[in-house]
Amino acid sequence: MTRHARAGQPGALADPALPGGTLGPGPAPAGRANLAVSAGRVVRAFVRQVFAITWAETRKLRRDPMELLTRAVQPILWLGIFGAVMSRARAIPTGQASYLDFLVPGILAQSVLFVAIFYGISLIWERDLGVLHKYLASPAYRGALVTGKAVSAGVRAIAQGIIVCLLALAMGAHLKLSPGALAGMLLFIVLGAAIFSTFSLVIACLVKTRERFMGIGQVLTMPLFFASNAIYPLSLMPHWLQVLSRGNPLTYQVDALRALMIQGGQSTMGLGVDFAVEAAVLAGLIGIGSRLYPTAIN
Amino acid sequence: MTGAESREETSGGATAAACPPAIITDGLTRRFGLVTAVDHLNLSVAPGSISGLVGPNGAGKSTTLKMLTTLLPPSEGSARVAGFDVARRPREVRRRIGYVPQLLSADGGLTGYENLMVFAMLYDVPRKERKDRIWQALRMMGLEEAGAALVKTYSGGMIRRLEIAQAVLHRPAILFMDEPTVGLDPVARRAVWEHVRELRARFGATILLTTHYMEEADDLCDVVAIMHQGKVVAAGSPASLKAQAGEGATLDDAFVHFTGNLMETGGAYRDAARTRRTARRLG
Repeated sequence: MTRHARAGQPGALADPALPGGTLGPGPAPAGRANLAVSAGRVVRAFVRQVFAITWAETRKLRRDPMELLTRAVQPILWLGIFGAVMSRARAIPTGQASYLDFLVPGILAQSVLFVAIFYGISLIWERDLGVLHKYLASPAYRGALVTGKAVSAGVRAIAQGIIVCLLALAMGAHLKLSPGALAGMLLFIVLGAAIFSTFSLVIACLVKTRERFMGIGQVLTMPLFFASNAIYPLSLMPHWLQVLSRGNPLTYQVDALRALMIQGGQSTMGLGVDFAVEAAVLAGLIGIGSRLYPTAIN
Repeated sequence: MTGAESREETSGGATAAACPPAIITDGLTRRFGLVTAVDHLNLSVAPGSISGLVGPNGAGKSTTLKMLTTLLPPSEGSARVAGFDVARRPREVRRRIGYVPQLLSADGGLTGYENLMVFAMLYDVPRKERKDRIWQALRMMGLEEAGAALVKTYSGGMIRRLEIAQAVLHRPAILFMDEPTVGLDPVARRAVWEHVRELRARFGATILLTTHYMEEADDLCDVVAIMHQGKVVAAGSPASLKAQAGEGATLDDAFVHFTGNLMETGGAYRDAARTRRTARRLG
C-alpha cells in the first residue's frame, strides 16, 4: 500500500526516551474494569452524566433570561384574547369552572409543547459545530446524553410554567397554590417538556437538516395541539377525534395539570393513568433517541 | 506511523516488539454509498509519537479519525486503539482517548472553567479531583486567567487551546486532533503547536492529528502519512519524505511527488466559511 515507505525510518517508532503511555495514572487493565462495574456504579455514572448536561444548560439559561420572556408572549395572546372571547361566548361547556380556569392548564401545556417541539434543532447545531462529536467520543452513556437533554428542556419549561401561572393569577384564574399541587404541576410540566423535546430530538436525528426539521416541526404542532383537550374538553369532540386525542401525550399532561392546578379541577383519566402514560411514552422515546443519537453525526 | 508494507518490516525490530502500537488498523475501510472514503487503510502509530495524516480535503482523513474515535463504524476491516477494537469495545476506547474536533466547538455561553467541568463529569473524573485537574489543564494551556471568562469573549486560538485542555482532562493515552489549527492566525497556530509539543514532552501522550497544512505537519509531526483518495500513498518522517521528493524539496513538493496532484485550493474558501460561522455563533 505504501510503495514509497521505507522500513526503519527515523520517527517511525516511538522515541525510547519518551514514556509511551498515558497522561497520568494508567487506566484499569483491559476487560477487568468492565466486568467489575456494578449496577450501582452504572446508575451513579448515568445520573452524573445527566446532571452534567443539565447543569451546563441551566447555567446558560441563567445568563440569558431573555429567551424565557419571549416565551411568555404566546400564552398572553391565548389567555388574554382567545380566552377572553371564548369566555364571553360561553360556547364551551366546562362544568363549574370558568372557561379561563379551564384554559390555563391547556395553554400552559401548549406553550411548553410549542417550545419543546423545536428543541431538536439544537442537535443539528451541535452536529454542525462538532459538539455532538465530542459528546459521542466521550464514554458517557448515549441514554444519559439524551436524558440530559430531556431534563434540560424540562428545567426550561419550569420557568415557563411560572410565567403562565403569574399571568393566570393576574387575570383572575382560580389556581391551587398548595405545595403538593405545585409539586405535582412541576412534575407534569417537566414530563411534558421532556416527552416533546425527546420526540423533537428523534425527528432531528432522522431528518438531519434545519429546513426539513423546521417544516416538520410546524406540521406537527397544530395537530398535537388541536387533537388534545387543551382548549376544549374531550366530551365535546367527535368520536374519531376523541380516539386520536387519547393517543396524544399532550392530553394526559393537560388532564393532570387541570386536576393539579385549578381549584375544583378534576382529572378525566385519573392522575395515576396520566403519570403512567407520560412516563412510559418518555421512556420509549428516550430508548429510541439513544439508538438514533449516534447516527446523527453522519 | 508507518504504512502497510513497512509495518511488517519495522515490527521486526526490537523496539517495536517491546512497544505495541497505540493505534493499529487492518484493512480499515469506510464507504458512503458508492464512494469509498477510506480504502483498506493499514496504519500503525507508535506510542508517544506525534503523527499526522496529511492530504487535501476529501482524502479520507476525517473519516479515518471518526472511525478511530468510534464515531463511525467501519464498513470493513478493523482498528485497535489503545489496545481495544473500536467496533467491539467502543466504551473502552472512549475512556482512553481525547478528541478535538475540526470546528471550534466550545460552548460560548459557558466560561472556560464550566466547559471543562461538563466534560470532567462526562468522563467520570472523581469529584474531589475535578477542580484541581481543570485548573491544571487551564494552566498548562495558558488559559489560567481566562478560565472564569465566558468563552464567547475568547479568541480562536484560545478556544482551540481550551478544547485541547478539555480533551486531556481525563488523561487520555491517545489524543486525536482533527485539523487543530484551521482558521487560526499564524501566531495562534504556533502557540497551539507549542502546547501540543508540551503535552507530549510532559506526559508522553500519543497524538494523531489531521491537517492539510504541510507546514504544520513538517513542524509538529515525527511521522506523517500522506493520504490521497482514501489511501496512504506515503509514510515516514517529514525529512525522509522530502528527501524522496528530491533535493531541497518542501513537504508540499513531497505531496505532489507522491500523489501527482497539487494540494487542492478549495480549502481557502472552506476555511473562510468556517471562520465566519464560528464568529457568528460566538456573537
